[in-house]
Amino acid sequence: MPVAIEQGHYGRMKRFEPYVFLRGLATRWDVLAFIVVFGLIAFMAETSRGLFAPLSQLTTTPLSLDPRHLPEYAARTTFRMLAGLVLSLVFTLTYATWAAKSERAGKLLVPILDILQSVPIYGFLSVTVVFFLSLTPGRVLGAEFDSIFVIFTSQAWNMAFSFYQSLRTVPTELIEAAESFRLSPWMRFWQLEVPFGLPALIWNMMLSMSGGWFFVVASESISVGHTDIVLPGVGSYIALAIAQKNLGAIGWAILTMLIVILLYDQLLFRPLVAWVDRFRVEQEPGARVPASWALTMMRRSSLIHAATVAFHSAVLWTSRAVKRTDAVEAPSVVHTKRSFDLLWVSVLVIAVVLGLWRIGAVLIANTSVKEAGQVAGLAVLTMLRVFILIALASLIWVPIGVWIGMRPRAAQIAQPIAQFLAAFPANLLFPIAVYGIVTWKLNADIFLSPLMILGTQWYILFNVIAGASAIPTEMRYVTANLRVTGWLWWRKVALPAVLPFYVTGAITASGGSWNAAVIAELASWGKTQVQARGLGAYIAEATAAGDFHRIVLGIGTMSLFVVVINRLFWRPLYYYAERKYRLT
Amino acid sequence: MNTTTLLQCTDVRKAFPKPDGAELLVLDGMNLDLHEGQIVGLLGRSGSGKSTLLRLIAGLAEPTAGEIMYLGHPIEGPAAGIAMVFQSFALFPWLTVFENVALGLEAQRLPRADIRKRSLAAIDLIGLDGFESAYPRELSGGMRQRVGFARALVVHPNILLMDEPFSALDVLTAENLRTDFLDLWSEGRMPIKGVILVTHNIEEAVLMCDRILVFGSNPGRILSEIKVSLRQPRNRLDPSFRELVERIYVEMTARPKGATGVRQERFPGLGIGSILPQVSTNLLQGLIEAVAAAPFNGKADLPEIASDLQMEIDELFPVAETLQLLRFAELEGGDLKLSEEGMAFAQADVDERKRIFMRHLLTYVPLAAHIRRVLDERASHSARKSRFIDELEDFMSEEEADKTLRAVVRWSRYAEAFAYDDENAMFSLENPT
Repeated sequence: MPVAIEQGHYGRMKRFEPYVFLRGLATRWDVLAFIVVFGLIAFMAETSRGLFAPLSQLTTTPLSLDPRHLPEYAARTTFRMLAGLVLSLVFTLTYATWAAKSERAGKLLVPILDILQSVPIYGFLSVTVVFFLSLTPGRVLGAEFDSIFVIFTSQAWNMAFSFYQSLRTVPTELIEAAESFRLSPWMRFWQLEVPFGLPALIWNMMLSMSGGWFFVVASESISVGHTDIVLPGVGSYIALAIAQKNLGAIGWAILTMLIVILLYDQLLFRPLVAWVDRFRVEQEPGARVPASWALTMMRRSSLIHAATVAFHSAVLWTSRAVKRTDAVEAPSVVHTKRSFDLLWVSVLVIAVVLGLWRIGAVLIANTSVKEAGQVAGLAVLTMLRVFILIALASLIWVPIGVWIGMRPRAAQIAQPIAQFLAAFPANLLFPIAVYGIVTWKLNADIFLSPLMILGTQWYILFNVIAGASAIPTEMRYVTANLRVTGWLWWRKVALPAVLPFYVTGAITASGGSWNAAVIAELASWGKTQVQARGLGAYIAEATAAGDFHRIVLGIGTMSLFVVVINRLFWRPLYYYAERKYRLT
Repeated sequence: MNTTTLLQCTDVRKAFPKPDGAELLVLDGMNLDLHEGQIVGLLGRSGSGKSTLLRLIAGLAEPTAGEIMYLGHPIEGPAAGIAMVFQSFALFPWLTVFENVALGLEAQRLPRADIRKRSLAAIDLIGLDGFESAYPRELSGGMRQRVGFARALVVHPNILLMDEPFSALDVLTAENLRTDFLDLWSEGRMPIKGVILVTHNIEEAVLMCDRILVFGSNPGRILSEIKVSLRQPRNRLDPSFRELVERIYVEMTARPKGATGVRQERFPGLGIGSILPQVSTNLLQGLIEAVAAAPFNGKADLPEIASDLQMEIDELFPVAETLQLLRFAELEGGDLKLSEEGMAFAQADVDERKRIFMRHLLTYVPLAAHIRRVLDERASHSARKSRFIDELEDFMSEEEADKTLRAVVRWSRYAEAFAYDDENAMFSLENPT
C-alpha cells in the first residue's frame, strides 16, 4: 500500500510529498512493472528509429530574441503546460480508478506507477519525439504532442497515486450510504469518489507544476540526431539566447517566467485550492479557510454562475442517463474468478516475455558488457554528486529552516517565497552559471553540479520550515521551562521534530536532482560545451546523437539506481522517521 | 502556616497590541501570594487569563506592568525553581520515558550518574516503574501525564505550576491521578513547596486547593478569593464540600455590576456591539428541555444540572447565558430558572418553537434585529457580510466580529429569520432555491 498523501490547506504550513512510497519491500510486481515499462520504451525506440529519416525537412518560423515576442512565447508555453495538466487529469481519473477498482489490475498498475515516477522524465523526450513526429509527418503538431507528453510524464504519476490513495480510503460509511441509496457506479464516482479525492489531487497537481515547468522549458528546443525541433516558447527562446550568447535576452526570459508562474498561481491554483476546500471530509473547526480573490470574483460573476449552472445540470443529466444498480445485487463475481485469473496471468506472462525480449534485443545486440559497466560507473558518479549536494543543501537549509519555522512572522513571509522558488524552472538560470564557468574556466565536474540542486533544494527548505512551525506551543514551553538550550536543544528537540518533514523534502530534492542531472551535466554557452562526468551527461549525449540503444541503457540504469536508492535508503528512512519522530 | 512567601504577584497586568494600535487587555490588577505548603487554584472560564498568568509566572512571557517576585527576586525568564505540567502532556514522542524525564537534568549538565539516579527516583515516585524504556505513544493518557509530572518533579522545583493537568483525561483516570498526587503531597514525598493549579473544574478546585482565586473575564481579573479549610482527604459528598461548590457557582454566575436600571448582559459590549458566543440551537433547546422536565420543573441548581448533563462549566455557562440573553431563562444565585416564554418554548411543537425563537431573536439580539431591518429596507433584500463585519469592527476585533456574526447566522437560520450564503458571503431574505 502506498503512503497517504497528506491533505492540507494551502494557507497552512504543510509538507510537500510528491513522491509516494509503496509499502513493503520490492515484490515480484515491481520487477514485473519495471520490465513492462522498459519493454515499452525499448519498443518505442526501436519502432521509431526507422521513421527517423524523412523528418529532416521539418522547419518552423525562426525564433526572434526581441523581448516583444515574449508574451506570445509565454502564452504558448503556458498552453502546453495546461494541455499537459488536462491530459494528466484524464489519465489520473481513468488509470487510478482502474487500479483501485480492479484488484487484479491494481496489482500490476500500482507498481508500474511507482517505477514510472522514478524514471528520469527528460529521457522520455528523446525516445518519444520521433514517435510523435512520425504520427504527423512534417508538421509541428507532432513536436507539440511530444512536448505535451513530456509535461504529462512529469505530472501524471503522483496525481494518479494520490487519487488511487483517495479511492482506497473513502470512508466506509460514505460507501455504505451510496450503496443504500443505490447510486449507479457513474454517479458514485462523480458524487462521492471524485469530490473525496479532489483536495489531495489538486494539492498534487500543484506539486506537479514545478516539474512541469522545468521540462516544458527543456522540451521546446531539442535536437535529436540531425533534427532540430524548435517550438516557439520561453524554453526555445532561452536556447536561442544561449546559442547567440545573449545574456540580456536570458534576463528577459527569466522575468517573463516569473510573471507567468505568478499568474498561474493566482489565476489557477489559488482559486482551485480555495474552491476544493468544500470537499474536505474531515472538519477541523478553527482551521483557516483558504481564500482567493480570483475565486471570489468568479463566484460573484453572474456569467460564470450561469456557466456553472449549465455544467451542473449537464452532470446531473449524465447521472440520470445511467441506470442505477438493481435493488438486489446477486454476487456474480465468484464463479467467473478462476477463468479470469487464468486469462490475466497469461496476459502478464506474454507482457513479461515481450518486455524481456525487447529489452534484450536492444541491449544485448548493441551494447557490450564493458559499456554497461561504464554506464554503471557514471551512475555512481552522479549518485555521489546527488548525495553530496543533498548533504550540503541540508547543512545550509535545515538550520535556516528551523530558525524561520520557529518564528511565525518570518515563516509567513518565507514559506510562499520558497514555494515559488521551487516552482520556478531552475534550468532558466543555467546559462548564467555556464557563462561563469566558461568565462573563468572553472572545473565543470564540480561547478556544474550545484545546478542539479538549484531548483530542488527549496523542497528541503520549506519542508523544514513547515516542520519547525508544527512544533506545538506547549512543547516549546517545556523546553523553555526546563531551560533546554544550545546543542542539547538541537539534538533532542529541533532536529527530531523536523526529521519527518526533512526526509520528505530530501526525497523530493533527490528525485528532482537525478532528473535535473540530464540537463545540468551537459551545458553549453554559444559554441562552447561544458560537461561533467556522469550518467546525466551520458544520456544527454546519447540523446543529441540520436543513439537509441545508449538512451535506453542510460535511462534504464538511472531508473534502476533511483528505484534501488529509494527502496534501500529513502523509504526505510521515511518510515523510520514517520514512526519514531512524528508529532501527533 | 504562613511560613515563607514563595511567590508574590503585585498589580500584574498583561496586554497584547492589536493591529489597529489599540491594546487587548487580558489580565489586570492581578495580586497573588503563594506561601509554602499551599495549593492555590486559579479557577475561571476559558479566556479569563488564568493560563496567561501561569505563563507569566513560569517566565515564558513578560507582564506589561506589575511585578512577579520569586523568593524575593523578580522573575526574568524561566526560573530554575519553577517547573510546569501541561494539559497536553507535551512529551517528546522520540524520547523514552526515561529520556523525557532526564531532559531537564541534562540541560543542567549534571553528571551522568546523578541524572540516572534522580530520574529513576522520580519515575519510581510517580508510579512509572517498569515503563522507563517505553515511548509516550505506547502509554495511556494517564501514564503520559505521570511522565509529565515526573519530568517536572525531577528538577526539584520549589513551585509546581499545573495548567489543567487532568482535563485531557477521562473521569476515572483523572480522579486516580488527583488522589495519587494529593497523597504524595500530604505525605511530603515530593520535593515541591507550593503548587499553583489552573482549572475550570469547580469540584477539582475544591478537592485539591487550600485557596481558590475565582477569575472573571474581559479583562481577566480576580473576582474573589475563597479559602478552603476542609481537611484532606476531602469527600465530594460532604455537605460542607457541596456548600462550597454551590457558593462558587453563585460567585461565577453573579451578574456584572452595571449602571442601575439598565439590564446588563453577560456578554461584553453593548447593543449590536455585544460579542456573542457560538452556541448551537440544539444545545439551547436541549438545556431548556432538561430544565423544564422533572426533577427540575423549570428551575435547576447549576451544580446539579452540570453533573446531571455531564457538562463542564466551560460548556454549560455559555448556553445558560445565551438563554438569558434570549430571555428564555434567568441565571441567578447559582440557579437557572426558565421564564414563562422558556416554559412555553419547551411545550411547543417544531414550528411554534421556531416562531417563538424568531420573536425573541429579533427582539433581544440587537445584531439580528439590525440585519433583518437592513434586509427589509433594501429593494434587493440582500446585503454583503462585509457590511456588518465593518460595523462590528468598531466595537471588537476582526476575529470576534466574525465569530459573533456566525453565532447570529446559526440562530437566525434556525429561526428562519433570514438566510446566509457562505459561498458569496451574502445575507438575504430568500429561501435557498
